[in-house]
Amino acid sequence: MSTEHGHHPAPLSDVEARTRALESILLEKGLLTPDAVDKVIATYERDIGPLNGARVVARAWVDAAYKKRLLTDATPAIAELGFGGRQGEHMVVVENTPTIHNVIVCTLCSCYPWPVLGLPPVWYKSPPYRSRVVIEPRKVLQEFSLELDEAIEIRVWDSSAEIRYMVLPERPAGTEGMTEEELVTLVTRDSMIGVAQAKAPAARV
Amino acid sequence: MDIDREIANMQGATALPRKNGELIFSEPWEGRVFAMAIALHDEGAFPWEEFRHRLMAEVNLADCKSDPAPDYYELWLAAFEQLLLKKGIMTREEFECRKAEFASGAREEVF
Repeated sequence: MSTEHGHHPAPLSDVEARTRALESILLEKGLLTPDAVDKVIATYERDIGPLNGARVVARAWVDAAYKKRLLTDATPAIAELGFGGRQGEHMVVVENTPTIHNVIVCTLCSCYPWPVLGLPPVWYKSPPYRSRVVIEPRKVLQEFSLELDEAIEIRVWDSSAEIRYMVLPERPAGTEGMTEEELVTLVTRDSMIGVAQAKAPAARV
Repeated sequence: MDIDREIANMQGATALPRKNGELIFSEPWEGRVFAMAIALHDEGAFPWEEFRHRLMAEVNLADCKSDPAPDYYELWLAAFEQLLLKKGIMTREEFECRKAEFASGAREEVF
């Protein structure tokens, strides 16, 4: 890959040589196209990941009419951006405000808004999170380094096979001049579960 | 694709390595070999179950061997090689020869 003039590429490890051999054979035989592999990687890293949800959030931040549709009936609003469940889960988006903070859980198993948030984190599926976030949400959020003012009401939403929740985090201060694309980068998976806030613009890299 | 969900949710010993729920590839080749198996499956070359069984066999075999246990994607790579050989998609000679070319630097690009 890195073969600039006059440079010897670093010798490949055994597994690297084997992987390249496989790829080159499969390409040569026409069984894979050169970009098929890249596409799968991109899909797993990006599309089947929290980025879908981040796009939904950023759109809601910049487009009041979209936000209204999203909060009224999330499933079709999310589908407008091309994302949807394959099993017809009904999506509900709950909005964080200066006085209300939402957090999602699945107390029974690990129901998760897969199409928008991708793969659930391990802790989301763990029994302690599932039981404790209902009993002592403020404490659990503190453990995620999220300190909420006592005056803020915390609402816990229990997902099920029929209803999947997603949190619409508050738009961070100081982001007035940012474009929708830039805003997407501030929306983390954890902020859409409700165990974190969206990133402050300074924290973005 | 439903297969993505199936792959993402593989359980037990064949479960994909995660950190904080997200897939981890510690080196680029891991992502390549991971994606190659899925891309070739998408082309209809083999049912996913067939690959998963081979992966499981590699995992079990590795458990019997002495440590250090190989990385997950080394097992994935071995399972994929075995599948391609078994399916007649490539021959052992073809593979060994191409591997040697890459290892020696005689060949650098995959295409």
